[in-house]
Amino acid sequence: MTGVVKAASAFAKAGALRNFATWWGPRPLAQVAVFLAVIALFYGLAANAVASMARIGISPGFGFLDRAANFEIGESPIAFSAGDTYARAILVGLLNTFKVAVLGCVLATVLGVAVGVARLSGNLLLSGLARVYVEIVRNTPLLLQLFLWIALAHALPGPRQALVLFDAVFLTNRGVFVPRLVVDGLPGWGAAAAILVLAGWGVHLLRGRRRATNTLRSVLGSGAAMLAALAAILLLSGAPVALEAPALSGFNIRGGASLTPEFAALLAGLTVKFSAAIAEVVRAGILSVRAGQWEAARALGLRDGQIMWRVVLPQALRVITPLTTSNYLDLIKDSSLAVAIGYPDLVSIVNTTANTTGQAFEALLILILVYLAINLGVSALMNLYNRRIALRGEAPA
Amino acid sequence: MTAIDLDGPRTAEPSLGAVLAMLRRGLFGSWFNSLVTLGTVALLALLVPPLLRWLVIDATWSGNAADCRAGDSACWAFISAKIRFILLAFYPAELQWRPVLACALMLGLLAASALPRCWRRELAIAWPAVIIACWLLMAGLPGVIAPVSSNQWGGLPVSLIIWAVCFATALPLAVLLALARRSNMAGLRLLSIAYIELMRGIPMVAILYFAMLILPLALPAGQSMDKILRAIIMVTLFWAAYIAEVVRGGLQAVPDGQREAAATLGLGYWRIMQLIVLPQALRVVIPGLVNQAIGFLLATSLLAVIGIFDLLNAAKASAADPAWLGFYDEAYLFVAVIYFAFGYGGSRYSLWLERRLNRS
Repeated sequence: MTGVVKAASAFAKAGALRNFATWWGPRPLAQVAVFLAVIALFYGLAANAVASMARIGISPGFGFLDRAANFEIGESPIAFSAGDTYARAILVGLLNTFKVAVLGCVLATVLGVAVGVARLSGNLLLSGLARVYVEIVRNTPLLLQLFLWIALAHALPGPRQALVLFDAVFLTNRGVFVPRLVVDGLPGWGAAAAILVLAGWGVHLLRGRRRATNTLRSVLGSGAAMLAALAAILLLSGAPVALEAPALSGFNIRGGASLTPEFAALLAGLTVKFSAAIAEVVRAGILSVRAGQWEAARALGLRDGQIMWRVVLPQALRVITPLTTSNYLDLIKDSSLAVAIGYPDLVSIVNTTANTTGQAFEALLILILVYLAINLGVSALMNLYNRRIALRGEAPA
Repeated sequence: MTAIDLDGPRTAEPSLGAVLAMLRRGLFGSWFNSLVTLGTVALLALLVPPLLRWLVIDATWSGNAADCRAGDSACWAFISAKIRFILLAFYPAELQWRPVLACALMLGLLAASALPRCWRRELAIAWPAVIIACWLLMAGLPGVIAPVSSNQWGGLPVSLIIWAVCFATALPLAVLLALARRSNMAGLRLLSIAYIELMRGIPMVAILYFAMLILPLALPAGQSMDKILRAIIMVTLFWAAYIAEVVRGGLQAVPDGQREAAATLGLGYWRIMQLIVLPQALRVVIPGLVNQAIGFLLATSLLAVIGIFDLLNAAKASAADPAWLGFYDEAYLFVAVIYFAFGYGGSRYSLWLERRLNRS
């Protein structure tokens, strides 16, 4: 009996081995040799680097992360001052990158969809204007646009002569000031109700997903209902809610949220550059839905708006989503151009770290790993979303 | 991505009446359309006059910096005074025929490569030959023509040469990577995937810092390497990953039957790839490669971040001249026009080529 088991397991092992050999493919030894050659190359380069670092008196390792960083950072979402650790400085850079990248993705999408729709509009003048915008933005380098934006930001007048838009947005050479929402003293039941409303919306979305009743319209509609409920809770609770607009007081502007000139320039540059790319994606996506779909929907008596929401957009999104994902990834990577205009993003702080500690190798390794993690994370999220919209209504491939 | 051409059948020569009717329908077809037209006109009326005034009407076309500062519009006198610097940066003025000739050679090569009737074997020899010639023109040859240190190189030739060298070197590398990614040898496949995804995951600025900070350390003791050469090596390795993905798209478009039929005829792997698969695959991806190349040309501006005097950096430095301090907008707009000419021309060319390749 045991002999049979042994033979069987040996057979299974041989099967696994054979499977592995088939997967590994022809010329197994030559492939191993290539692997070894690559490892040897990296080992040689790394050994040289370690020797060079030893020559200038730097010992490799990540110990520097706990040492005090003796530089200030222009802006930071968390408290930072010279003397905090390098690890914290790098975290500040990462948060700054996230801040500009997330806002940039949102704004670029809004502007990009608007421009893409304008580009497709039947109005010759508007579509022509949108086309000129897209061509100019697409065919000039992002860095050049950033240089222009930062020059513009620094050329703005001082706070006392600020350019004011709609009495709410102040453009000055010290930064851009925008209104912000201030809520203080929300009672406990108000917060609980708000959380309940949010959770309810989430459940509604999940259930809709399972029953495949989530149309764009129902999602947007229930979203609007959720926002209305939140607003009602705020009103009922009587908590003072104020839209705090910035205002000139003395020689400076107080109130509202302030964006530094560097942040504003980087955000504007990324938004404009990627709005053009997204506009082209939106346009290509909508054009990829065949004219027959429009005609068939019209024959069924649907109105143009219904056709757009229920027939064209759900299909166009299948083309748009993967392309927009790669636009978002490019935007995150291109936010690293911050270093050229003095916004303290991840690359900028890693570069400062490398220059002040001499630990260039480790600093760049951190940088590469962080960007890889961001990339994989965003790809995974967007793949999830993509699978969701791809499942609805199986179209023949 | 194939966009569906929604244009109707074209008549041979549209009459003036037809054009007018189309314009009327396109601008005032419905009340909503008329509203959009009026809104757009209002937007243009808001933007265009001040822009025109700044750019043309009130601009200073000749004179010196003081004349420009008197007005408060564009100073094109700055461009005529600094055009040599913007295009050639710190290259010695008495030797400037060399970078100019290098630019001319490079543009000639690009023009020849753009014409499908010049796509012959000779082109594959012309590329390295022209690149080497340009490099020698820029660097000089000790004893024959005066050497010029690469620290003095700058402007348009630097952008063009780095772009051409990197693209031309990255292309064969990318073909190998794409073949490895589709090979039946798992080891090579894994290496290729890891390499491509790693490179595509990190920003180009990080690659340039790698060239600046790590590459000098990784060289054997006592060796040093020119800054431009280091940038070229890293950028080539970086771009190869992007081109490899484009080439892979082409390889996937070639039906398996082609390879199988060739194998049945007794051809080996490299012969199959060289004679059967790659010619078909590369033909499919030529427009994609052109688009990629345009993106790369715009991306060469990032070299400014590590202090190489490419076109953009030269423009920036030109406005730091004490005699002409601060005319950044004019400098940037001038080089923007140059970049735009390459980018827009290239994308129109790519569309034309796509249509032509589809036809034949």
